[in-house]
Amino acid sequence: MSTSRLINGVEVASHFRDVNHQYSSNKEGIWLFMVTEILMFGGLFVGYIIFHSLYPEMFAEGASYLDWKMGFVNTLVLIFSSFTMALGIYYNQVGQPKRATWALAITVLCGAIFMVIKYFEYTHKFHMGIFPGRLINPEMMAEHGHPMQHANLGMYFGFYYCMSGLHGIHVLIGMGLITWVMIRNIKGEFNPKYYTPIEGVGIFWHIVDLIWIFLFPLLYLVG
Amino acid sequence: MGHSSGKSYIYEEPGLKSWFTSLDHKRIAILYFVAVMFFFLVGGIMALLLRLELFAPNTSANVGQILKNGDAYNQVLTYHGAIMVFMVIIPGIPAILGNFFLPLQIGAKDVAFPRLNLMSWYVFMLGASLAVATFFASKIDTGWTFYTPYSIRTGSSVVMMVVAAFIMGMSSILTGLNFIVTVHRLRAPGMTMFRMPLFTWAIYSTAVLQVLATPVLGITLLLLMMERVFGVGIFDPKLGGDPVLFQHFFWFYSHPAVYIMILPAMGVISELITTYSKKTIFGYTAIALSSIGIAAVSFFVWGHHMFVSGQSELAGVLFSFITMLVGVPTAIKMFNWLATLYKGSITFSAPMLYALGFMFLFAIGGVTGIILAVTAVDVHFHDTYFVVAHFHYVMVGGTLMAIMGGFYHWFPKMFGKMYNELTAQLSWVFIFIGFNVTFFPQFILGAKGMPRRYFDYIPEYEQLNKISTVGSWLIGIGFLFGLYTIIRGLTSGAKAPPNPWGSKTLEWQTESPPTMHNFDHDPIVTAGPYEYK
Repeated sequence: MSTSRLINGVEVASHFRDVNHQYSSNKEGIWLFMVTEILMFGGLFVGYIIFHSLYPEMFAEGASYLDWKMGFVNTLVLIFSSFTMALGIYYNQVGQPKRATWALAITVLCGAIFMVIKYFEYTHKFHMGIFPGRLINPEMMAEHGHPMQHANLGMYFGFYYCMSGLHGIHVLIGMGLITWVMIRNIKGEFNPKYYTPIEGVGIFWHIVDLIWIFLFPLLYLVG
Repeated sequence: MGHSSGKSYIYEEPGLKSWFTSLDHKRIAILYFVAVMFFFLVGGIMALLLRLELFAPNTSANVGQILKNGDAYNQVLTYHGAIMVFMVIIPGIPAILGNFFLPLQIGAKDVAFPRLNLMSWYVFMLGASLAVATFFASKIDTGWTFYTPYSIRTGSSVVMMVVAAFIMGMSSILTGLNFIVTVHRLRAPGMTMFRMPLFTWAIYSTAVLQVLATPVLGITLLLLMMERVFGVGIFDPKLGGDPVLFQHFFWFYSHPAVYIMILPAMGVISELITTYSKKTIFGYTAIALSSIGIAAVSFFVWGHHMFVSGQSELAGVLFSFITMLVGVPTAIKMFNWLATLYKGSITFSAPMLYALGFMFLFAIGGVTGIILAVTAVDVHFHDTYFVVAHFHYVMVGGTLMAIMGGFYHWFPKMFGKMYNELTAQLSWVFIFIGFNVTFFPQFILGAKGMPRRYFDYIPEYEQLNKISTVGSWLIGIGFLFGLYTIIRGLTSGAKAPPNPWGSKTLEWQTESPPTMHNFDHDPIVTAGPYEYK
């Protein structure tokens, strides 16, 4: 069944009673999806806790290869992007869609800055021979003046690349989603009565930021 | 709202394309039905092959092997398990019967997110196709559990299969999410949570499990993939990792997944028992809440798959006790069904036979589960045919019986035609007897120490294995009768009235088959679902 009708200028699918019924259902769906995201990252966090308790010195050594300043800048960039994302929703609520578009554009830009910094961090490590797991290259590391101390250091970087990599994929997906709602916003599809997609994408973006706020101390500041 | 003519959902829009683009929950259910039936046929043929191989030990006196060698046996075993678990039993009841009847039972016009519902089917088909494709790439031989470290080292296409399972998991999550929001938000006026039919309650509890457990499988499979591609080391003892951690992660999903498979079946049985004994269900609230109880406990029992893995003794004892706890809400259901039958006016039609078959077989499956929960006994029975018999009594004797019973029960509603009662009952006789002939000897084989997953055995086990294989043929004949019943019903069944069984739930209060909008007038609910005399 796919029919819908207009109620107060908002298209409402026929299995919903009214605008608010549709809005609250959609929002519940989005929040439930966020629960699954957190549970998925939860598996990684549990693995991290177990191996950190087994090899604390390995995690300390691994973290010493990460540049906390870059991580910190990225944290600030994401927190600021959460603010602009919220502005994107707010400006739509108060009927200023042009400003909302700007806010969303800045949010995408912040995501891009985050990814560029991440790119430099990754390539720097590849250059030094720091790869995940069995691919880690102790000779290359020694050549660069950083002989590997802990035999299983590769596993720390297994966690590092898996956790930050999965997070990075989410940032990219988020940027794509924000661009999508931005284009719809430019086309004039949203108004103070209807902005559910922006709000949904916003919730996703905040969760992605929130996960980074946990990843930053776990990966960069540990030890 | 533009209520169209009284056309049924089947004929509302013509053409094959309209089926593949339909957002109607009933049509999507039919899409799942066709796919799952196909996979069931494939998985079933593999089961017959496995039993055929085990008909006799590979001694010189015998003709020898049916399957080329042990590798071929391992592969068929893996595909049988993976197909039956991920592509038949998990989607079976929720995606087919749940999709069709959950909105109808709560008086809704559709699920909350119809577009997402259709997308879930495509995602499921993508994953399923990938899984089948591995068969033509390099056949996988890990068993459906993908245990490390073997799954890291084997040459077969584990990555592709794992991606397939991940994608099917996504489909399962999206379906569960859809159902939760549907139950929370789309109930008809007056349909309070405690007026919902018990089938809906069961699908709802299942949906909660799907949403909460499957993401953990997702990350586990992703990590396994990373392990194979990059050797990240988390599950690899060579790199300081822990293969037992994989088992913990895997069963943290896969044990709740066992209840994803059985809870919907219990929901079906509640509907059948009350309808065919024409009696108000006994202990409605207890049955409804025991579904939630089982779902809650299911998250804390995963360690009982790992009693011999080297986990701590304390963990073993705790998991043992919590596992036995599952027996409580399960027994609550069983006794309430029995009490419902008491002094009811029982009709022994095919769905009721399946429901009674379920109770008999599931009782055996459940009680042997308690036996296996005892750590001292499990050390002996672990990885023997006793375990194989136990979970087949639950999954086949339980869930598959419920799928069949539920399917006959709702057949008139889904297709607007009646099925042939005689062939349906004949099918049941063969499946019920065949099932016991196949799997009861396996309890004895297991108790005598025959290990599972082997393609060969010592001559001492021959007689019971022969009986078991003969039983598998009886099951096969039973399903052929079932297939015949379905095809005959579809082609030349009599026209079904709206409510042939005199059932009280909402889906029977509209036409058979329902129109695209389910109800001509939005239902208003004023009483519970089973107000029989």
